[in-house]
Amino acid sequence: MAVEKFTSLRDMSAALAAGEYSSVDLTNAHLDDIEQRNTNTNSFITIAREHALNQAQRADEQRAKGDATPLTGIPIAHKDIFCTEGLLTTCGSKMLSNFHAPYNATVVDRLNAAGVVTVGKTNMDEFAMGSSNETSFFGPVANPWDRSLVPGGSSGGSAAAVADGLVACATGTDTGGSIRQPAALCGVTGLKPTYGRISRYGMIAFASSLDQAGPMTRSAEDTGLMLSYMAGFDPRDSTSANREDEWLRAIAHQGIPKLDQPLTIGLPKEYFDNLANAQIIEAAQAELAKNGHKFKEVSLPHTKAAIPTYYVLASAEASTNLSRYDGVRYGHRCENPTSLQDLYERSRNEGFGEEVKRRILTGTYTLSVGYFDAYYIKAQKIRRLIANDFSKAFEEVDLLLAPTCPTPAFSLNEHAKDPIAMYQQDLYTVPTSLAGLPALSVPCGFVNNLPIGMQLIGPAFREDTILCVAAQFQQATDWHKRHPGESA
Amino acid sequence: MTDIDNSNINITHLARLGRLAIAESNHANTTQELENIIAMIDAMQSVNTDGIEPLSHPLDSEQLLRADVVSESVSRETFQKDAPKTEDGYYLVPRVVD
Repeated sequence: MAVEKFTSLRDMSAALAAGEYSSVDLTNAHLDDIEQRNTNTNSFITIAREHALNQAQRADEQRAKGDATPLTGIPIAHKDIFCTEGLLTTCGSKMLSNFHAPYNATVVDRLNAAGVVTVGKTNMDEFAMGSSNETSFFGPVANPWDRSLVPGGSSGGSAAAVADGLVACATGTDTGGSIRQPAALCGVTGLKPTYGRISRYGMIAFASSLDQAGPMTRSAEDTGLMLSYMAGFDPRDSTSANREDEWLRAIAHQGIPKLDQPLTIGLPKEYFDNLANAQIIEAAQAELAKNGHKFKEVSLPHTKAAIPTYYVLASAEASTNLSRYDGVRYGHRCENPTSLQDLYERSRNEGFGEEVKRRILTGTYTLSVGYFDAYYIKAQKIRRLIANDFSKAFEEVDLLLAPTCPTPAFSLNEHAKDPIAMYQQDLYTVPTSLAGLPALSVPCGFVNNLPIGMQLIGPAFREDTILCVAAQFQQATDWHKRHPGESA
Repeated sequence: MTDIDNSNINITHLARLGRLAIAESNHANTTQELENIIAMIDAMQSVNTDGIEPLSHPLDSEQLLRADVVSESVSRETFQKDAPKTEDGYYLVPRVVD
């Protein structure tokens, strides 16, 4: 059976429903392809053949009973930050290199209930700390557009796997840009939903007030479909949003609705100062203007303070969250500890990589006596100012359009020795994370055969607005249909 | 603007607080890196935050509460499968009290 590469979720779903192939066929084809080509990019940490074929078998049985959802039998991959019962969950770290989660993340459970097939777990920056996927204990991931370049991070394996056609969808997580930046660098569509939209239960914690899961696919349409099944209230996550949005359920069966009126799109001027490749974003803007949308310049005056603020808050939360790795209950343990203190210190020193240790020390410093008010509280106050900037902008506009990243994909090792240069990758993604807002990156052009991403940012819980605009843009353009290996 | 002196980062103390055994040969390097990061972070000190309340939840929403009843059951055996060292249902660590 021939499964055409780069088939969308919607098309696979239709083919499965029409009986053109079974989920077992489809899953086998995916597994064969992943096993053959994963070495090109190192996108997967675990390839789950047996697990996947069992799920595919069950999906085919469900379908035969007439009990199928649009996702039943479709192969997807999970970022290795999501706990998966029966499969290794490493979070890209030596600390968890042999960790078998005793339960599933809510995201995994929800997608399993919809009938998806998990073909594997994708590579990532260690504990999601990085913007290049170079901090993974399991080695860096290569960008499918040019294997000497990074795919971005931290969801680099998910982005590369989707871009390379190994899967049509992979889950990701975004704390300061970890879905949107790799989506932009690999030319795929990635959504960071509103904070609280998708449960964080079973998603290994980095910075809990910022962490949010989301889908990475090859179109806004497929992203909407995935969101519809990933989102929902979860009593096991104390920050889960308890709300019913009708559009969210409707998308699963009816697709993303057409916009019935033109919108006002804001252009935050601070994001366009000294922007390299601004002409690509301007061309995308011109394309959207054809639909009658109006553009308006807005100001987000505290944008420059976002990176320092983020690195205070995220590192403080990380140092707290990562205190659980003590070498006692699970995770790496050093050999022959001489005392409990020695056990903690050596297990953690051996189990964590350099970037993780750097963030633990940064967080420990800013949380320590005498510095707490000057750093942590100060950063929380600036966080409010940043959130207020967005609220004010949304009084005038329906959504914002901005670049996703300052540059296209960069070389392996280019920023690896300079953490501060690496942190600047998150310049345009961090403010939205601090404000908890939904933001989507869609491919909108190429520079030197490398994809460029455009970011659409919406008000809280208005993923529908940004998905509608992204779907409209993708109706008129084919940037999202370009694949590595073809000439762009 | 708050005046903060971060020229004297005590890496031994911080590593101890973070339970990280950082080799002495790496102390100078690590201190330098941390000083650079703190210098980058200090750019935020120039933002005027007078009269602004700290924001801890991005959407400023309330923490959800639930009734205080048991809702999960834990299988010790399942959870201890991941433990580096156990005996008779206990987690083993080096002797703490002589």
